[in-house]
Amino acid sequence: MSSIVIEREVVRQDKAIGSSVPRVDATAKISGAAEYVGDMSVAGILHGKVLRSNVGRAKIHSIDTSAAEAMPGVVAVLTGEDLTDIDPYYGHALRDRPIVAIDEVRFAGEPIAAVAARTEAQAEAALLSIFVEYTDLPVVASLDAALAPDAALVHEGPTREGFAHGLGQLPEREGNVCYRYGFERGDIDEASGLADIVIDRDYEFPAVYQYSMETHSVIAHHAGDEISLWANCQHPFLVRAEIAALFGLSVNRVRIVVPYLGGGFGSKSYTKMEPIAVALARKAGRPVKIVNRVDESMVTTRRHNMKCRMRTFATRDGELLGRQVEFWLDTGAYADNGPRVTATTADAAPGPYRWPSVHIRGHCVYTNTSPAGSYRGFGAIHLQWIGESQIDEIARAAGIDPLEFRRQNLLRPGEEVRPGGRPLDADLVGDVEKAAAAIGWGRERIVNRGLGVSVGLLAAGAHPVSSASVRMDADGEVAVLVGSTEMGQGTRTVMAQIAAEVLSMDPAAITVPGADTRFTPYDRSTGASRSTTVAGKAVELAAREVLDALFETALFFFDAAEREELHADDGRVWFRDESVAYPDLIAKRFGFVGGELRGYGEVKPEKGSGSYAEGPVFWEVCVAGAEVELDRETGVVRILQTSSVADVGKAINPQLIERQDEGGAMQGLGSALFEEMLYTDDGVLLNDTLLDYRIPATEDLPEKMTCIIVENGDGPGPFGAKGCGEGAMAALPAAIVNALTDAGVSMTELPLTPERVWRRIQEIEGQQQEGKP
Amino acid sequence: MQRRIRSLRIHIDTVINGARFGGDVEANVLLIDFLRDQMGLTGTKQSCEVQVCGSCTVLVDGRPVSSCVYLAYELDGSAVETIEGAKDSDFYQKAESALVRHAAVQCGFCTPGLVMTLKSIAENGDATDEAGLRRSLSGNLCRCTGYRSILDAAAEIVGGS
Ligand code: FES
Ligand code: FES
Repeated sequence: MSSIVIEREVVRQDKAIGSSVPRVDATAKISGAAEYVGDMSVAGILHGKVLRSNVGRAKIHSIDTSAAEAMPGVVAVLTGEDLTDIDPYYGHALRDRPIVAIDEVRFAGEPIAAVAARTEAQAEAALLSIFVEYTDLPVVASLDAALAPDAALVHEGPTREGFAHGLGQLPEREGNVCYRYGFERGDIDEASGLADIVIDRDYEFPAVYQYSMETHSVIAHHAGDEISLWANCQHPFLVRAEIAALFGLSVNRVRIVVPYLGGGFGSKSYTKMEPIAVALARKAGRPVKIVNRVDESMVTTRRHNMKCRMRTFATRDGELLGRQVEFWLDTGAYADNGPRVTATTADAAPGPYRWPSVHIRGHCVYTNTSPAGSYRGFGAIHLQWIGESQIDEIARAAGIDPLEFRRQNLLRPGEEVRPGGRPLDADLVGDVEKAAAAIGWGRERIVNRGLGVSVGLLAAGAHPVSSASVRMDADGEVAVLVGSTEMGQGTRTVMAQIAAEVLSMDPAAITVPGADTRFTPYDRSTGASRSTTVAGKAVELAAREVLDALFETALFFFDAAEREELHADDGRVWFRDESVAYPDLIAKRFGFVGGELRGYGEVKPEKGSGSYAEGPVFWEVCVAGAEVELDRETGVVRILQTSSVADVGKAINPQLIERQDEGGAMQGLGSALFEEMLYTDDGVLLNDTLLDYRIPATEDLPEKMTCIIVENGDGPGPFGAKGCGEGAMAALPAAIVNALTDAGVSMTELPLTPERVWRRIQEIEGQQQEGKP
Repeated sequence: MQRRIRSLRIHIDTVINGARFGGDVEANVLLIDFLRDQMGLTGTKQSCEVQVCGSCTVLVDGRPVSSCVYLAYELDGSAVETIEGAKDSDFYQKAESALVRHAAVQCGFCTPGLVMTLKSIAENGDATDEAGLRRSLSGNLCRCTGYRSILDAAAEIVGGS
């Protein structure tokens, strides 16, 4: 029997927040009426298709577009030669990427040219008539190749800083290493000298594809000195700034409209297909729509694969002495969000324990493969499975139950997580105890089955800058203008609930349209689990301003009243047992049938600059448990049950939180068990369709998944809330790896494919044979 | 991937969401492009293009097909139903209310295709226990929900009671 068990800490009252109101967008999505970029059109639209490199690295000698230009329906063909009037490089972290390849291609899949034609078919046909002359150059398609002493360089020339990395002074590039981040505390050599137990291993973590079901899609129009974009981007305001800089316009000349996104998970963060679409539209003089195929989106972004060496030092009694971590992330041919991913991975490296010494070094490495960026839980998902497997090993070596070991060593609220950053703001011991209890921790051992738990932290919230406005019209209905993009997580519903709570009204009377940078107040981005916490806070403040205006008018209305004697309830302002409805107050205020009330809310760094080093906004808790069953004959690992903890401070919509956790857990399961992008030695992606890149389907769903919502009111967001949605994803692979070790097979490489697990079983059995007298 | 080298048109007579359609279609036009681009029925979504994800599912003579790998001219003599056509049915009311209640919709990109598959399960009497539903829905990928809510809603929509 399958079941979902939901445990809650707090009994809620019937209020706008804390209750699972239905999603505001559900019915439109079910009926197919909800619009995504691919469903949209504008007058005079053309269709764009992109010619992509089929080699990993090459010198471009010539591109002959004349035949393509003569093809039926073709309006424009874009190449690097059309970009000589602008500085055509972009990248928010490192400005290293040309809009289309210039002189050289650096990865298989890199755009070389693009065609705009009346129909998609005409554009596609014209691609076949573009002739590119290349000479192959040496390819470095893996971390090992890129880090070899005599490796060919993916990029030469000076490093150019992007406009929004938020990482302070960037180090100089060294060989193919484009960014480094690390920190240390205590004396790691001393720890190593004192240690009785040393766990020292090398690990590998694969590239995977986010696979939001909707591919990257954009409509671009460049008319006069105005650019308009309809794009499925998670960060419209950052994309706006980047497009403005690229095409030499002020930001208010660039307008980005974001309808619903068909999933994001980081794949649509920062700038992706927007620059090439704008450049093509600029050349065509007409709006152009580009909708990627899945294989194109797979070479547009992915998760960083990684190599890592981790050493953990402890005494024979299990006292933790220190941890030393060095890792290399493969960011592909362009940095994209690699530097930030590197910093976040380093932050996740120690794990939430009390370390006398830590020594962390992270390297972000260029290779001739498709660029890697953000994917849900990045950093934590990279290192939690490694760190937590070493914690289990130490616990076992010291003869301590892994859960008890965590109880003894986990950080407590208020303790330092990393030097200079925000101290711990969550009850990790309570969280992991719940996750362990949910999977039956401590029960009797069953042959070929294992239990595992994992605990980690993810630096969440990104840069704390968001603003929002709330407008109440004369009829009392409310619109919330906020830049968070609705990509499935339910942010429009949550924002409506926050405003409804402040204004004591029904969330159903509140609309939350999508972002339109021309009208929507600035919001840094949608990602890093930040929307509820940061943008939600801005919405709360904006709604309070509207409430203030209502109270201000009510003071006149009730004459005798003091502000403290008023309260709002159910769409009315009350004074003793009298009340007046909001529309009547607005009519009273303006003495007229129209008018509106406006509130504005702003969140900015409270102190300092809000930089990464001072952060994060909050630590997202990543806690999970898993029970696995191993088939020793075939190496197949089956997940029998999972548990995950959503430590959210305050659950604004419990049902949406559960869905985030379940969805995140399933993505974590895919990452743990089978998802992996495979490249040839020449850097060509082999499994670029869903026929051979598998994501979880219904039949992969474990029998039982338990989502535990914890509400300790300890978040910096509205009503004590903090973000969620990435923790389960980051924590589950670690819990699965630990459960598999508990079943007898320890792994240092993901995903846990049957072949890989089977080989490891043979290896372990071989060692056991040898070990026998 | 569409590669239309030269166009050859074929006359078809079909029924689209209950309305007769007679006319020429290009021989190599896929059903999904015909529906979305020519008929303006954008409720049907395209993702994988290789008959794996199910987001493009429509019903042809009551049976689910992946419109991304089905040629439009094959509709000749058949009837096709998309999410836009399914909307006015008792089944749809039931489906909508269960999907909303279980919050089985997140980004929504997989949802119209899922509803069409569920409709075919309901109408064709396929197995509706948990195992049967897992099997029948294994061709409807959803990256957002993690499936539990979809299966729970599905059991309610097509289940016995
Ligand atoms: S788009 Fe047709 S099955 Fe995926
Ligand atoms: S709801 Fe997003 S893919 Fe299913």
